Amino acid sequence: MQSKNDDNASVSRGVGASKVRKEDDRYMRGLGDYVGDMKMPGMLEVAFLRSPVAHGYLKHVTKPTDADQSVFVAEDLVGVKGILANSALPGFKSSEQPILAKEKVRYVGELVAACIAPDRARAEDLADNVELDIENLAAVSDMLGALDEEAPLVHEHWGDNVFQHTLVDGDLESIRSNAAIKIEREYRTARQCMSPMEGRGVLAFWDSRLEQLQVYTSTQMPHIVRTGLSECLGLDHEQIRVVAPDVGGGFGYKGILLPEEVCVAWLAMHFKRPVRWLEDRREQLTANANCREHYYRVTAYGDETGRLLALDTDAVVDAGAYSSYPFSACLEGAQVASILPGPYDFQAYRCSTVSASTNKPPILPYRGVARTGVCFAMELTMDALARAVGREPSDVRLDCLVKPENMPFDNITGKHFDSGDYPDCLRRAVEAIDLKAVRQRQETPEADGRLIGVGMSIFCEQSAHGTSVYAGWGIPMVPGHEQAEVRLTPDGSLEIRVGIHSHGQGLETTLAQVAEEVLGIDTDRVRVVHGDTALTPYSTGTWGSRCMVMAGGAVARACTSLSARVATIGAHLLEVPVESVVVADGTVSSPQSVKTVTLQDVARTWYLKPQLLPENVDAGGLEVTAGYKPERDSGTFSYACHAVVVAVDPELGTTEILDYAIVEDGGVLVNPMIVDGQVYGGVAQGIGSALYEEMPFDKNGQPLASTLADYLLPGATEVPEIAIDHMETPSPYTEFGQKGIGESGAIGPPAAIVNAINDALRPLNAEISEVPVTPQRMLGAILKAQLAKSEEAA
Amino acid sequence: MKPQAFDYHRVEAVAEACQKMKDIETRPIAGGQSLGPMLNLRLARPGALLDVAVLRELRGCQRVQGGLLIGASITHAEIEDGLVPDNTGGILPQIARGIAYRAIRSRGTIGGSLAHADPSADWATTLIALDAQVILQRPSEGAPSRRRLHLQDFITGAMQTVIAEDELLTAVFVPDVPETSRFGYFKLCRKTGELAHAMAAVFGGADSADLRVVFGALPGAPMIQTGANALDPTTWQQALADRYPDMEGTEIGVRLHVMKKAFERSNTQ
Repeated sequence: MQSKNDDNASVSRGVGASKVRKEDDRYMRGLGDYVGDMKMPGMLEVAFLRSPVAHGYLKHVTKPTDADQSVFVAEDLVGVKGILANSALPGFKSSEQPILAKEKVRYVGELVAACIAPDRARAEDLADNVELDIENLAAVSDMLGALDEEAPLVHEHWGDNVFQHTLVDGDLESIRSNAAIKIEREYRTARQCMSPMEGRGVLAFWDSRLEQLQVYTSTQMPHIVRTGLSECLGLDHEQIRVVAPDVGGGFGYKGILLPEEVCVAWLAMHFKRPVRWLEDRREQLTANANCREHYYRVTAYGDETGRLLALDTDAVVDAGAYSSYPFSACLEGAQVASILPGPYDFQAYRCSTVSASTNKPPILPYRGVARTGVCFAMELTMDALARAVGREPSDVRLDCLVKPENMPFDNITGKHFDSGDYPDCLRRAVEAIDLKAVRQRQETPEADGRLIGVGMSIFCEQSAHGTSVYAGWGIPMVPGHEQAEVRLTPDGSLEIRVGIHSHGQGLETTLAQVAEEVLGIDTDRVRVVHGDTALTPYSTGTWGSRCMVMAGGAVARACTSLSARVATIGAHLLEVPVESVVVADGTVSSPQSVKTVTLQDVARTWYLKPQLLPENVDAGGLEVTAGYKPERDSGTFSYACHAVVVAVDPELGTTEILDYAIVEDGGVLVNPMIVDGQVYGGVAQGIGSALYEEMPFDKNGQPLASTLADYLLPGATEVPEIAIDHMETPSPYTEFGQKGIGESGAIGPPAAIVNAINDALRPLNAEISEVPVTPQRMLGAILKAQLAKSEEAA
Repeated sequence: MKPQAFDYHRVEAVAEACQKMKDIETRPIAGGQSLGPMLNLRLARPGALLDVAVLRELRGCQRVQGGLLIGASITHAEIEDGLVPDNTGGILPQIARGIAYRAIRSRGTIGGSLAHADPSADWATTLIALDAQVILQRPSEGAPSRRRLHLQDFITGAMQTVIAEDELLTAVFVPDVPETSRFGYFKLCRKTGELAHAMAAVFGGADSADLRVVFGALPGAPMIQTGANALDPTTWQQALADRYPDMEGTEIGVRLHVMKKAFERSNTQ
């Protein structure tokens, strides 16, 4: 892996320094503490009995003999409410997700009973002996089938299977009749499973001294879990403490309140004993971690040069059986409509998106959320336009990209692009992948019979978007000001307390770098406290690539306020006017004094020697909580261009990635090394989306991949060496010009890789329009092209 | 994903192990790389497991007339690392190296793999090409009762063999591979370590008519063609279509191409 970071090579402190992560020491030594590591005296383990069928009336659940206090069904959970995640979007249909199923089961894996035993194996024995009486109903297993008039109804009282229909309308009439070219395509992205190394898990117990429910859970958003638990259990917030300890990856999967969390919390209160559930891989794959499934029918109009003029799209998102908390069943669909235009400037746009309900697990927001599918649809369409006019796809893109001189730019759906030079990004990628050399190579057949192709994708990642964006979607959680607390301790070290959570993002390091930037304090004297509702300010948590912008901004603001208070005390100790002092490098100094005082001197004075304090000291002391929002909260727009060379074997249907280059603009990078890591990891997941990962369902709604032998994740040998080139166009709206970039890597690969495959398949006239590109799909496309050709000949 | 409770037996000698196998609730476990997940998924619920990974007699190798006897509990990694003799000119270590992942190779055994008879397993297809045999032993009065079967007669279907409930697979006999012979093996996997979607092994003796070609990763047991026409695509196409009438033309095409790849490798290795 190589990264060009020449601009930052000299930065060793604060913002811009490629510091080794503070948290790596415990992770690398296996000293992390996860829910699965925790043991408590008297702890009980839960195994859930899950619905074996996708759709049916739950007539009766028969518990094993003498299992009244070890097996629990819906009726036992007295006072517990289901999970409700409504959206304020017009026409949104509400679905309450039950904690344990009652009356009806709506997907394979839905919780039916909780079985308790001193260990998991015995809990599973209990679950084996519960008898279910279910009257089977026909299942809705496909999102397009769900929209048929005759389709069975997932929620009968709705009258159809539509969570919500979003329409962005536009006038395409004149373009339709005059456009030189018209491209029509259908695209599909498979249902996937987010696969963090650690699955979900929750341990709850009742603290009788504090009269408080203590919940240790593997989550990205402890405060939102607390709010959700409060609503479902009817407890006040002060009666609940949620701790997210070390969390082994999230990717959005842990940004969801699970019925399992509510159930385990209730069981802990019921038994007044510690109760734990650890998700196993089969539960994660078949019942919980579903995401990504989109369908698009795109009609694009272009002029004779391939320049995009208008886009007309009907999209469907398979949202599954319930609306999950807090993002709801329509966030994905609503985003599709608003972000499909990507980084392109064109004249007319219409997009209708249906969030369909099916007998499958609820769709959850996976890294990139709707953007990965949208980028796939848009970028394959751009290549199709280029093919139609016989031009190099990168040239056609250059003609359509938003221009740097138009920044900031409001696009056709009103998205406000803060800054950037998209054409330059694309040109750099063309150079990095050496397009010319690939085109030359393609002129000679390969010795092994494989076909070489080159493809690219360019996209933007709206991130850290806040109140103004989310208020429109009206989901249960609209983010506002992000808060951070900073506390200077008596020995002059600094505690940062934030309500977001770090589980691989390196925020224990990068937030310390922000403090270092403002106060000059060394990062090894800074501790970042996160993941505990009892210790940190309220926050909607870690999602939407928001933490570096939002929590980073809040830490900067809090440190700036703290700096002013330090200056007052420092000036007094130096016996100089406060206007003359500078707080930097962890000390207070003044041109009017030869002495300096350290942060420790200031802190000791405030805490332990108050007799030395000046009259004008800030009574708030050396602990500051500050709230922050960027100047505009419509989001930062980082962007990237991915360029890929592949070799495909048209006989076997296999794909090998030969070269992968990325040009990325994440604004000012707080820690370039961590950004590279984020991009590499994201690309690995994107390669999974492109070539490997798929959770298929049969027509009865049965999930067909239940282990990692069936659900293929890319491994070390499937992820190539990736070259990353950074541009750093500052955002005009954020504290240091930084932009959110956490999801970017996972967005671009399916589009870039499939464009490369289609480039390789051009001599065969075959085209892929669905991911993952399995050998079967590729061979199917080749066969289709052969049949079309022979029909033509006949 | 926790197994149902089971008893665990560990014994010193094969004869003793055979006695334990009389209990039909008892299943032998060696590396546990297939049985382990099946236990956890509760797809297998034996009353007792008999640990044969540690049986000294199953952990040895012996040169015998015309070949090599490999103890059933020899691991893939031991073969990969050259810790057992090789009478195949490097074919055995080469196959071992390609099995799943190192972690699996460290525990999984050659005998366990053959007795499990997963259609996608590397050993089943490649050892049939080499005309290997398995040695089976069962309890009996006095001397142990042994039989010896050609591997292609031993495996009868997907996860199906002719092994009896009380029988143990104790060793694999691999015939010596003459220096003049050729061997090529190719398996189609989407990713490293994945169970193969198609595989073929080509083994040729000094005489060009002396060919053994085996297709694996089929819905059922590996298929073999021998003799001068063993590489003929039309013969294979017909054989596959006869055995699997539902198999699509594209899939058959892929399998034939996999054979071609295996053949190409046999010329270069």
